[in-house]
Amino acid sequence: MPVKKIADFSVERLEILSPEGTADEKLMPSLTKEQVMEMYRAMLLTRLFDKRAISLQRQGRIGTYGSSLGQEASVIGPAYALRKQDWLVPSFREIGAMILRGVPLHEMLQYWRGEERGHKHLAELRIMPVAIPVSTQTLHAAGIAWAMKLKGEKAIALTYFGDGGTSKGDFYEALNFAGVFKLPVVFWCQNNQFAISMPVARQTAAKTLCQKGIAAGIRCLQVDGNDIFATYAAAKQAVAEALEGRPTLVESHTYRMADHTTSDDASRYRSPEEMAAWQLKDPIDRLEKYMRSKGMLDDSLKEKIAAELTAKVQDAVLRLEECPVEPKVIFTHTYASLDPDLKEQLDTFQRTYGLRGGD
Amino acid sequence: MARITMVEALNQALLQEMGRDERVIVLGEDVGRNGGVFRVTDGLFKKFGGERVIDTPLAESAIIGSAIGLAVAGFRPVAEIQFSGFLPAGFDQLISHASRMRHRSRSGYTVPMVVRCPYGGGVHALEHHSESFEAAYAHICGLKVVMPSRPFDAKGLLTEAIRDPDPVLFMEPKKVYRSIKEEVPEEEFTVPLGEANIVREGADATVVAWGSMVKTCLEAAEQSDADLEVVDLRTIKPFDRRLILQSVKKTRRLVVAHEATKTGGWGAEIAASVAESPVSRLLKAPMVRVASPDVVVPLPQYEKYFFPDIEQVLHAVGRVMSGGEQ
Repeated sequence: MPVKKIADFSVERLEILSPEGTADEKLMPSLTKEQVMEMYRAMLLTRLFDKRAISLQRQGRIGTYGSSLGQEASVIGPAYALRKQDWLVPSFREIGAMILRGVPLHEMLQYWRGEERGHKHLAELRIMPVAIPVSTQTLHAAGIAWAMKLKGEKAIALTYFGDGGTSKGDFYEALNFAGVFKLPVVFWCQNNQFAISMPVARQTAAKTLCQKGIAAGIRCLQVDGNDIFATYAAAKQAVAEALEGRPTLVESHTYRMADHTTSDDASRYRSPEEMAAWQLKDPIDRLEKYMRSKGMLDDSLKEKIAAELTAKVQDAVLRLEECPVEPKVIFTHTYASLDPDLKEQLDTFQRTYGLRGGD
Repeated sequence: MARITMVEALNQALLQEMGRDERVIVLGEDVGRNGGVFRVTDGLFKKFGGERVIDTPLAESAIIGSAIGLAVAGFRPVAEIQFSGFLPAGFDQLISHASRMRHRSRSGYTVPMVVRCPYGGGVHALEHHSESFEAAYAHICGLKVVMPSRPFDAKGLLTEAIRDPDPVLFMEPKKVYRSIKEEVPEEEFTVPLGEANIVREGADATVVAWGSMVKTCLEAAEQSDADLEVVDLRTIKPFDRRLILQSVKKTRRLVVAHEATKTGGWGAEIAASVAESPVSRLLKAPMVRVASPDVVVPLPQYEKYFFPDIEQVLHAVGRVMSGGEQ
């Protein structure tokens, strides 16, 4: 019997805003000038915050930090597409998204300084805490989306992870659950080309990362991750699809201009030529070009905005120094309450360190 | 009052809690239409439907990981892992997230979930179907570990575990799933976590056990000349140090019996608790641990040589009664 083709698949890539700053008007999402300005400010704040955080780490004032330099459109686009009732399930390179949704800057710095207190308002904002074990949070996003569906709430969960994350079991399991149970979830893969030193070409044999969604039977799409209009449009569409029970895997194709974290030295494994090529595709540069062409931005306004946002970051740094560390806090949130053994341990602890006082 | 098995007792607890609290949902492999491979979830799918009793794809990490998401967003999931031997596939989600989410978010997010699994050997099963790894899980701070030994406790402890605000690993001794029948109240009731139970009072020696070893120790107590006080630990983490110390203070002799392999088993923690306490000075003999040897659990042909039995418990009792001489 002749061999029959029983299935056919294709993968698409969305581009709207070119590196030169021109937008494909046919694909342009509906955005007011105010909204474009908001996106610009969010991306610039992300960049300025990251820059300051790295400097703080070098001074020993915060711990290891992972910058999203070059990925601002990939981070902000989806965050901007979320509504208040939606859930954000980050990895650790989406500070800009968390700030956009309302996490106070000084609390972000508190977390990176090494205090769980920086996370204390996240539940109010439907933002999950930073997730370090790669890709494990994709399952939480699936579970949260599931909860929304079971409750009949018109809310979705959007989770971020990197190219390295798509090699993990939890990632595949999450896609599979999402597909089978028709969960209102969006999987946003920031393919920044590197998992620390591992280039994506050696991470997988798959031609694209988004095609892994095909295996799970869900929608998939690649977008130019440095194109804020494409990332926003793709995310917005994915949110709408998710609400109808159709999850999506989006591969946001971008580049990690910074080191993996402040503990890494990327010059050991990548070339200045490669970085220079990607610099030409910078997400903020191209948005500025677009905005200038539309009369939304000029040198003086740009300077003014930069100064304002820099001051905001500075303010957060000053506020950080006002929050003293309180050791008793180590004991108070492992369980809902302290059992007799823990009470005894806390007692010994307080006597050892001569402590009193609350959380 | 009806005399029922542990499977029936667990089933009652699930039925009643799901009826009482609509946030309670059950998920796992074969738990819905099939009622669970051991039938613990039998009848739940018919009563509560597929949105509350969910048959999942084959993916332990996803079962536990998505249960974490469900819990964080307001549900009280009771996830079943079909055999404790498959729990390692979800270990990452337990140790990296379930146990830490509260701490990480300053109690902004909590994980009131239960992970149930049958554990333990003596049922002539395939590889990976006979393990007792409770000590490994008990070492995870932020997780609670419960192991009932009998139907009454199984119902009360599972009910309490479902109501507990923190993640609970509920390990059920499959060897005695159907071999113990006792009177269990039909109405809902709870048994507190973290409290051990003296199932047989005695004066000569304290024997601490949990899970299927409790039955073994009670049978040993019947045969022994010594008057044994048998303590059922019930909760491994947090465990009832005080009750054990009180009992040892009274009897002056201690045997701990567990199915799990010896070194690093939870008996070591109990031994350390006694050793750290002034009660240790009162011991009339060094304490003795009865446990499986420190090797990989063998296939069924060798089960009877591997798992501790009544003879071994009696031998241990003999040693402490004779002051520690072999």
